[in-house]
Amino acid sequence: MKYFKPKSLTEALDLLSDEKTRFEILAGGTDLIVQWRSSPIKPNGMIDINQVEELKNIVETDEYIEIGALCTHRMIAQSKIVQIHLTPLSDACRSVGAIQIQNRGTIGGNIANASPAGDLPPALVVYNCELELSSIYGRRWLRLRDFFLDYRKIDKAPEEMITRFRIPLPIEYTDVKFYKIGTRKAQAVSKAAICFGATLRLSSGQAHEKIIEKISIAAASMGPTVVTASKTEGLLTENEIDEDLIRDAGRSLANEFHPIDDIRSTAKYRSTVCGNLLVRFLKNL
Amino acid sequence: MLYVGQEVRRGDGVEKVNGSAKFIDDYKIPDMWHGVVVRSTSPSGRVIGFDFDSSFDWSKVVVATASDIPGKNAVSMIEDDLPLLADPVFKHVGEGLLLIAAPTRELAQKAKSSVKVRFEEFKPTLTIEDSKKKKWVLSHHEINKGDLKKGFKEADRIIEREYSVGHQEHIYVETQGAIAIPRDDGVMEIIGSLQCPFYVSNALKEIFNWPENRFSVRQSIIGGAFGGKEDYPSIICGYAALLAYKCKHPVKIIYDRTEDIISTTKRHPAIIKYKTGVDKNGLISALDITLEMDGGAYLTLSPVVLSRAAIHAPGPYRIPNVSVDATTFATNTPPNGAFRGFGAPQAIFALESNMDEVAFEMGISPDEFRRKNALIIGDTTSTGQRLKESIAVLDVLEEAMSSSQFVNKYSDDSKWKKESSKMRGIGFSLFFHGGGFTGSGEEKLKSRAGIRIEDDGGITILSAQTEMGQGSHTVFSQIVAHTLHIPIDHVHVCVPDTAVVPNSGPTVASRSTMVVGKVLLDAALRLKGEIDRFAAGKFSARLSDLEWRGGRLFVCGDEKSSFRELSSQYMKEKGVTDFIEQYILPEGHHWDDEKYCGDAYPAYSWGCYVAELEVDKDTLEINLLDLHLVQDVGTVVNPVLARGQVEGGAVQGLGWALLEDFKMKDGKVLTDRLQKYIVPTSLDVPRLNVKFVEHPYSKGPYGAKGLGELPLDGIAPAIANAVFNACGIRIRDLPIRPEKLL
Amino acid sequence: MIERIIFINGQEKRVSGEPEVRLLDLLREGMGLTGTKEGCGEGECGACSILINSEVVNSCLFLLGQLNDGDRVETIEGLEKDGRLSVLQDCFVKRGAIQCGFCTPGMIMAAEALLRKNKKPSPEEVRESIAGNICRCTGYSKIVEAILEAADRR
Repeated sequence: MKYFKPKSLTEALDLLSDEKTRFEILAGGTDLIVQWRSSPIKPNGMIDINQVEELKNIVETDEYIEIGALCTHRMIAQSKIVQIHLTPLSDACRSVGAIQIQNRGTIGGNIANASPAGDLPPALVVYNCELELSSIYGRRWLRLRDFFLDYRKIDKAPEEMITRFRIPLPIEYTDVKFYKIGTRKAQAVSKAAICFGATLRLSSGQAHEKIIEKISIAAASMGPTVVTASKTEGLLTENEIDEDLIRDAGRSLANEFHPIDDIRSTAKYRSTVCGNLLVRFLKNL
Repeated sequence: MLYVGQEVRRGDGVEKVNGSAKFIDDYKIPDMWHGVVVRSTSPSGRVIGFDFDSSFDWSKVVVATASDIPGKNAVSMIEDDLPLLADPVFKHVGEGLLLIAAPTRELAQKAKSSVKVRFEEFKPTLTIEDSKKKKWVLSHHEINKGDLKKGFKEADRIIEREYSVGHQEHIYVETQGAIAIPRDDGVMEIIGSLQCPFYVSNALKEIFNWPENRFSVRQSIIGGAFGGKEDYPSIICGYAALLAYKCKHPVKIIYDRTEDIISTTKRHPAIIKYKTGVDKNGLISALDITLEMDGGAYLTLSPVVLSRAAIHAPGPYRIPNVSVDATTFATNTPPNGAFRGFGAPQAIFALESNMDEVAFEMGISPDEFRRKNALIIGDTTSTGQRLKESIAVLDVLEEAMSSSQFVNKYSDDSKWKKESSKMRGIGFSLFFHGGGFTGSGEEKLKSRAGIRIEDDGGITILSAQTEMGQGSHTVFSQIVAHTLHIPIDHVHVCVPDTAVVPNSGPTVASRSTMVVGKVLLDAALRLKGEIDRFAAGKFSARLSDLEWRGGRLFVCGDEKSSFRELSSQYMKEKGVTDFIEQYILPEGHHWDDEKYCGDAYPAYSWGCYVAELEVDKDTLEINLLDLHLVQDVGTVVNPVLARGQVEGGAVQGLGWALLEDFKMKDGKVLTDRLQKYIVPTSLDVPRLNVKFVEHPYSKGPYGAKGLGELPLDGIAPAIANAVFNACGIRIRDLPIRPEKLL
Repeated sequence: MIERIIFINGQEKRVSGEPEVRLLDLLREGMGLTGTKEGCGEGECGACSILINSEVVNSCLFLLGQLNDGDRVETIEGLEKDGRLSVLQDCFVKRGAIQCGFCTPGMIMAAEALLRKNKKPSPEEVRESIAGNICRCTGYSKIVEAILEAADRR
């Protein structure tokens, strides 16, 4: 097997640019190595990017928080920057596998793997995360929600590599919450994982009713890839929170996704729980 | 030297924490080859032939098929219906068809992927329902007591319910494995991760048509078994031995996790119907139980699993009129076999769910209903066994009720329920587990075990009982050292090896401490008597002048000698080294195999388990808060090890109750990896409050009874009852997944 | 073939092999360090847990190629000092936190990683730190007690 271990991003991108050395990128390996073992076809080579140090930073600027693609779940979960600004992302990282997996698995790998049950995409999508794809021809940024095309299909050219994630600041939402319903309490693949983000304002009238100015909903294990809920978001936006609205929104969300029955759960359960969790989220606003 | 009842550290502790303990895959033997198994991929069919890819160099490997088997192509257990290699008909996915040995694992794997099996498929029978239509009965038992018709006539209410449970996979963390070594002296030596070395040698005898003394089967250190390494190792050892015989190299076979899950035995799925008659006073007047189990493709141990299920199904209650109609059906799925509890957990889930349902329907509190019907001394069980001693049903019940404050929490408006935003519930189960083999099993087996004096006067314990984590070897050492009044480090337990130890039977059925421990006690007592008389003679003293302290002998207060010295001298003078005893069932023990009645077990252990939990209103997730685990296992020989058995068994039980959803489709296992078959992690376990109420059993060693299986029996119904108490939904099929609470 | 110079249980070692060789196999077969166990081969059971630069990882999901020169690899065999059990190991024996012993090496390595970072973990933190290590025998309670006692004694 050919095994490349580039020491810089340029070197890695060079390898990817040439079809002869364009092998699968190995980051933490926690998904890939399992897939290779269970597949009859073994790869001819790998590009192990673990020594590309420039992709291992978490930085905060005035405009965004930037997370390098090689940051592990553990690094993100323990980052003060993430804990302060993006608590739900920290929660999501802590819910990935167990510590052994969190120590190795990376955010770039998690996103590139494009599992419909991925724990990170719901929170990242709610935070309007963008990701950077790099190749020797240059770099491009696109919204994470546009990156996922369909079941395990991503908008990435063969010579491209995920290099960075950016979450715009200030955070648009006053309240963000991540819920994961797993098959057990730890080290579980989700039956449903959902993130809600909302911004409230008080009505100008005497009653000071709470009005939802903005809301964002994204969920995993509820479709072929991370899914959003524009219908329910529309129903809630610029509306006053009252019991009727909460009830209607819960029902709306329970009908908006089209999950499947599989080994972990049922479509009915998944939909019902997502609706219920929205109700819980709204009640606590 | 008092050891019984003490927290003696386990003898194998150090080697297990420093990494030096040798499990089967840790053995490296010179010139050892690696074996792999080509398996059926369809649940029912006939092999037409094998295609060997010509691009692979087959001269580098050795292939074995059924035609290479020197003796019978059968793995002897209760019957000989299970072939070592299916030929040509196969009956489940994952059945071994052909074996390959190669100098390396990689080459063996490569060879395996270069074989194609040509086969024709038959229409499979996959469910109990379908099997019933075809009358594919594997075994059948009936228990009858009293007059059922009369009982139902006397009933004020008759309540009928049906319960069901699925497979449970053992998930010992160490997968199955074995090594076969063809020795120059003609002996086939087997080392394996196995519970019952004599089961393996019995099976190999038939496969090879060799006398028993041409096999030496011994256990490696075992990475968990739970019944899963009771019957199955005969198969994997058979594979390794056949390959070793053919390739003339030692052969190691280690299953990977998926291979282990899809091909080895599991807990029997079951459908259990209860028709319960209760009179005006809340007394059970009649109980009619129909128990149907899925045995899988071959008989294995199904008849005995079924028997234990049937006997445990009426539970620890005084019921004048009982009928249990129990049947195991065959299906085209992997054979089911032994798993901790051995049929009892299935029956007790149904029983204790049913008792709660009946109490609820009658408007009687669940604890009061149990109190009215619980067995007491002098009562007879459903098999007609009159209970004479060590009966703790009511004691465990009362202890569990008070330590969990059940009554305060149970009612819908309890303070405990109101202080949570979630739906809280509490529920319990009351149950028993018979120790040792069922009925005449121990009588037929005639277990032999004993002790040996070594040259230096040290003592070696000789038994076939395997140490698989439960602590049997530590407990045996305690019993022997305690009896002989010697330091425990003077006692060594011989690794069970069929060529060395007497046959004290398999390490199953919660029998090691109660049955084999008793045999060892008898052996130690006999040795002690001999040494006493020997010492009395030597020092011209009366027996009553002798006093033993910490292995040292005092005569009229003066230190004269030590046990070590005296036993060494005794052995040399008398030429006697071994003290072997045989298990004898208590006097008056009687079991009628024909009528299926009598003394089902020498003694019973009793348990009352309480589950406290909350159900999330939005996600319906069940969060266990507390498990109160109260039991009587007679005298507790080692409190730490005993607590370990209870906690471990309880957690396997909660896995089965809540998480472990074994799924198959078209005869293929879907949950074939640990990512899909979900077992409890450290975070899934609530507070475990373990209590022992000790009712010593006069015929057990120092009063000890069976323990290993009991803890798995009562968890699932306690949880089901607590879920009902929390949210009013009665789940009658395991596992209790949130999806079912919708 | 690739080569790396690493430290295994404190000793400098030159290791070589195909890059896709699992660290688990390198340790068990190549170096005779069989204390590290394989229970599933896919990172679900934790029996193969070892430390790399004091972080706990599954050695079944770690390839030889992923090692860097200078990496410090620690296995269960490295915890004893001068033939004496470490405090953590001793607590496992003392508290009866072992039954079959197959998960024990990985469990202890996961606990060791925790205790190096967190001197006084809460019971909840202990449970979280071993949630990737499946034990089918003990029910975990005594393992948690052993780790908490080790934290006290260290």
